[in-house]
Amino acid sequence: MLERKSILYRKLILEMILNANAGHTGGSLSCVDLLNVLYNHVMNISPENFADINRDHYIHSKGHSVEALYAILAEKGFYDREELNSIEKYGSDFIGHPSRSVPGIEQNTGALGHGLSVAVGMALAAKRDGRNNRVFTIMGDGELTEGSIWEASTSAAHYHLDNLVAIVDRNSLQISGKTEDIMAMEPLEEKFSAFGFAVRNVNGHSIPDLIHIFEELPFQEGKPNMIIAHTIKGKGISFMENKVEWHHHVPSEQEYRIAMQELDEAEKKLEE
Amino acid sequence: MSKSQLSLGSANLDIFSKTLIDLAEKDQDILVVTSDSRASGKLTPFGKKFPNQMIEIGIAEQNLVGISAGLAASGKKVFAISPACFLTARALEQIKNDIAYSNRPVKIIGISAGVSYGSLGSTHHSLHDFAVLQAIHNIDIVAPADNFETIAAIRASVDHPRPIYIRFGKKPLLNLHENGTHFEIGKAILLTPKREQYDVAFIATGETVAQAYFASVGLSELGITSCVLSFHSIRPFDKEAVEQAASRSKVVITVEEHSINGGLGCHIASFLMEAGIFRPLKIAGIPDEHTITGNQLEIFRHYGITQEGLMESAQNLLEKGPDT
Repeated sequence: MLERKSILYRKLILEMILNANAGHTGGSLSCVDLLNVLYNHVMNISPENFADINRDHYIHSKGHSVEALYAILAEKGFYDREELNSIEKYGSDFIGHPSRSVPGIEQNTGALGHGLSVAVGMALAAKRDGRNNRVFTIMGDGELTEGSIWEASTSAAHYHLDNLVAIVDRNSLQISGKTEDIMAMEPLEEKFSAFGFAVRNVNGHSIPDLIHIFEELPFQEGKPNMIIAHTIKGKGISFMENKVEWHHHVPSEQEYRIAMQELDEAEKKLEE
Repeated sequence: MSKSQLSLGSANLDIFSKTLIDLAEKDQDILVVTSDSRASGKLTPFGKKFPNQMIEIGIAEQNLVGISAGLAASGKKVFAISPACFLTARALEQIKNDIAYSNRPVKIIGISAGVSYGSLGSTHHSLHDFAVLQAIHNIDIVAPADNFETIAAIRASVDHPRPIYIRFGKKPLLNLHENGTHFEIGKAILLTPKREQYDVAFIATGETVAQAYFASVGLSELGITSCVLSFHSIRPFDKEAVEQAASRSKVVITVEEHSINGGLGCHIASFLMEAGIFRPLKIAGIPDEHTITGNQLEIFRHYGITQEGLMESAQNLLEKGPDT
């Protein structure tokens, strides 16, 4: 059951961040349901087929939310969960942003606005070679002010990359405040449509809605796909939700215990 | 030897384009990716012959480099081509992260490099590229001196296991090498006869090598002996060649079409100091000032990067020691 996995991933994320005394709590909790559905229901990516060019590809463009990706890759069997104890420790491969030194990670990210261009390159190569695999990437909504995103968008449409699936984690907060206060980017749907994407909106925390939207891919033949996933920063922990300070705040021992209790309760509700 | 004794070759751009056509004919994984640079890169014939092996990105260098990383991740042998000035400044973060850090072996080709664009001014000059790329791990840096080195470098780059940056200009060049000369990325080529001792060691790179060569010829007519290294690879850095040339010489002159800050000369100076090889040294290049208006040769002449200027630098260094 994917809902139960989401709770497990949230626990792992908080454990990692507490252990490392660093991390991006809010953004990892906002994108974890998306990653859950992608890795467990949509994408054809596993430790066994990772060397196969015909599998699907995933680029974590919002690289700072790496803890969510680390949790899922551990559970997918790319490495032992115990390896996460080394996160951000001296000499560890598990640094604070995705790196190809970690099994299962496709591309080094961390600087914003890079993932979409690289994904366009991968999707273009697949098209040219007649492969039918797909390339997925998740971007942060604060990331969208990077001009390179819009350069990449023009290319995605120009080359009719309907095998490209770009997802915006639309939690509406970034490190300094509300995204619309920092730099207004709405109307996002109209902007991406004008750039040539087939755009869909979805509740980024509803597993059934996410499954449904991904099953509709490609949304329109010959157009790249854009999913605006409406999410809540810090989702799942009452005192973290929609709080800008939880962008990269590390929970105290007491906050960690309360958060775990909330997740235990959420798990119990699922069993009822 | 005079200039008339060396034959005039083609512009490196023409040679580059022809070499790519030869290579692409045999290897469909070769892709040329351009930022509206097919005309300035003389790549129109390539595009006509291999339309499926050319990808146009438009004037968007960051996107050009990011897409090239994605193509290389999918097994393509990618030549990402754009004027050196834009490629290595505007797209530097993509070169650093998407190519070098992510270890995607893209061939980044900086055309019309250095001061090739001459009087078009500083927006179009790349006098920073060696400096910034030397500070980034995992990207080799090559500046060929003539057509032979260009062909050899492009051919060697196709299956090069690491990211590589190759930069060259647009003017026809003198042929400095005989066919059959051994070329290897990371191995400098000695252009002059090997001796036990020299008065001067010229260590030059790219399109300044010919000037250093003629300075060496001119000095020999004055009874001053010298060697000339074509130091086409800034990275991998050929320590052995520098050590041999410098330790056998009284003075060292480095020559480059680049800022005197952070380029070949600085690297050689620091290497020699650390190796305990202490020689009076002159870094011939573009000084830290607003670059004079002129064509490439006029700019070279203004800053003493021609035969005459380099001969004068050598004589001064031998007679007076380093500038104070």
